[in-house]
Amino acid sequence: MSDGTTLSKDDAPELRDQAARDAADKAATYEWGFVSDLEQEFAPKGLNEDIVRFISAKKNEPAWMLEWRLKAFRMWQGMTAPDWAKLNVPPIDYQDAYYYAAPKQKPSLSSLDELDPEIRRTYEKLGIPIEEQKVLAGVEGARKVAVDAVFDSVSVATTFREELKKAGVIFLSISEAIREYPELVRKWLGKVVPIHDNYFATLNSAVFSDGTFVYVPEGVRCPMELSTYFRINAANTGQFERTLIVCDKGAYVSYLEGCTAPQRDENQLHAAVVELVALDDAEIKYSTVQNWYPGDAEGRGGIYNFVTKRALCQGRNSKVSWTQVETGSAVTWKYPSCVLAGENSVGEFYSVAVTNNHQQADTGTKMIHLGKGSRSTIVSKGISAGKSNNTYRGLVRVGPTAEGVRNFTQCDSLLLGDQCGAHTVPYIEVRNPSAQIEHEATTSKISDDQLFYAMSRGLDQEAAVALIVNGFAREVLQQLPMEFAVEAQKLLGISLEGSVG
Amino acid sequence: MTMLNIENLSAEVGGKTILNGLSLSINAGEIHAIMGPNGAGKSTLAYTLGGRPGYEVTGGSVRFLGEDLLAKEPHERAAAGLFLGFQYPVEIPGVSNVQFLRSALNAQRVARGQAELSGGDFLRLARAQADALGLAQDMLKRPVNVGFSGGEKKRNEMVQMGIIDPRLAILDETDSGLDIDALRVVGHGINTIMRKPDRAVLLITHYQRLLDYVKPDFVHVLAGGRIVRSGGAELALELEREGYGALAA
Repeated sequence: MSDGTTLSKDDAPELRDQAARDAADKAATYEWGFVSDLEQEFAPKGLNEDIVRFISAKKNEPAWMLEWRLKAFRMWQGMTAPDWAKLNVPPIDYQDAYYYAAPKQKPSLSSLDELDPEIRRTYEKLGIPIEEQKVLAGVEGARKVAVDAVFDSVSVATTFREELKKAGVIFLSISEAIREYPELVRKWLGKVVPIHDNYFATLNSAVFSDGTFVYVPEGVRCPMELSTYFRINAANTGQFERTLIVCDKGAYVSYLEGCTAPQRDENQLHAAVVELVALDDAEIKYSTVQNWYPGDAEGRGGIYNFVTKRALCQGRNSKVSWTQVETGSAVTWKYPSCVLAGENSVGEFYSVAVTNNHQQADTGTKMIHLGKGSRSTIVSKGISAGKSNNTYRGLVRVGPTAEGVRNFTQCDSLLLGDQCGAHTVPYIEVRNPSAQIEHEATTSKISDDQLFYAMSRGLDQEAAVALIVNGFAREVLQQLPMEFAVEAQKLLGISLEGSVG
Repeated sequence: MTMLNIENLSAEVGGKTILNGLSLSINAGEIHAIMGPNGAGKSTLAYTLGGRPGYEVTGGSVRFLGEDLLAKEPHERAAAGLFLGFQYPVEIPGVSNVQFLRSALNAQRVARGQAELSGGDFLRLARAQADALGLAQDMLKRPVNVGFSGGEKKRNEMVQMGIIDPRLAILDETDSGLDIDALRVVGHGINTIMRKPDRAVLLITHYQRLLDYVKPDFVHVLAGGRIVRSGGAELALELEREGYGALAA
């Protein structure tokens, strides 16, 4: 292995790929104060074509994948970040970040038992539910929740793969899927969120580090909830997760995504892309609990979360349901959407977004009705506290040939204190007169009456606030799978600690 | 045994003095009624004892079961055994009665060093209380007071009191807005839950009619922020006959 190879644009691509591999090896030997003592391999700081090649090479990707990334990267260079959201984001220096960090290569694990104890401790600190701890520890009879553990961008272990395989379900890290099921990935990757879609999605397409791939074959009901925990654990490491879920005809899957991040001062960029595809009669339920580090009480630090999530309900009677509980991040820019192309397809969006201190959230959904008889439901609950700003931004669009479309939208905002903001920005574009669109919106404050009433029954102030807020968000929380709902309820209370009184 | 001892209590709301040197002592096993004209400070007394923010104590002391009540937060007063029945029970959308009361009761139990009640045990308790007070079972599952009629809200307060089982209940115009049937139920609730040697009730009421169902041991007249007259149950009847006006003289 050569040492100290300098990357140059004049080198032939295959030489540069070799150089990238060498650079990766070199990066692995860096003296660096690793946050969790894991041996990490860093790509050099900054973003250029060589970094894109480096990432692709580290993952032993086929040539088409590298080309795809490069195409996206070249496109991205000519794009500018969107500024239409009600967000105040300081300029991001894309050259001042690492685009690849991964635990050092280890032999494949047969189960999560063999997971690095350091990672296990991190999971514990982050409060991963006990049931999943049991699953991690391989306890007999533990409820089956498959955990595809994403630690610092790379999946280090995948459990239950065999059992899922028996059912015909493919559940892999996207890197593995690109190698093992290239045709399937190639067929769908970028079909829902094309590489030119938006600034952040294009960036993700160029540099995505890892993520998850799920394929549920025709007629199969996935035998367990699939869940992924995302972590950011390396200082200054951008997270560019890529998720692709394809549900074939008549199939069903419920997917849970939750994330937390250790505290740190530097701002961190997170630009994930999630693509869902539902064919005829297929159903995907996608649930998220997001609590990335929101920054401190003065608004220092915190994650910048620019996420593109979109579902294609391609088949007749297909259904996609997004449920999200957003409590973290300094900045959230996120619109999980449904393209309802199939006849009688159904899209749902249930959202609770909490902002406190100086957090900013601009989140909502897009329901694009193309199929006849397609229906959508939007329930958004925004909770603002401190000096935060919380915006619902949603689009309901009905195409000219989409007969008999129905949409119901409910947007409720709850204010705690008088220094925060709640905003509702609905866009409705209807090009077919048969559509029935309903929109309801309310804004309210937690009243002193409610607080005193609850406290006079024995609840302390924080418990009283948590109870009232959970009541406000109930319609959304009850959409979550049980264990997630409990976690989410606690999270709402924790997120609003110190926001009243 | 003295349960509640209020000495020379003064309190103001928004800078305006409402309670002005009020003294009152309640022993275990007693039911006291406080009556008085509008604006006398009846509800202020209830809120001040409950610890509502904005009701500022400017003088005097209150001891509850030997402890300084005024030093405690509202939820600590609840855990110490004080229950405040509201004139206008508050709606909490999305939170079921069961969830609300179980959280509240268990918070009190934890504060007192007792074990939390399990879901099953709590439900049995809640159902029994709802039955006893004629509150339909499905009201327990409904959001707290949301869509309840005035009578249902007051019954619900009584169900809450039965579940929480306090040492002292301060009931602020629990009889207002009730029809005769509801009045009877509320009266029955107060008698069965609170008419015990180790319990006590401070009944704040505008009218005599609840006292047909709950016979007070003492009746006090509140006017100008202090107690101007005290007597037995017969005082309520006298007030009903002659009005509060005669007292002002």
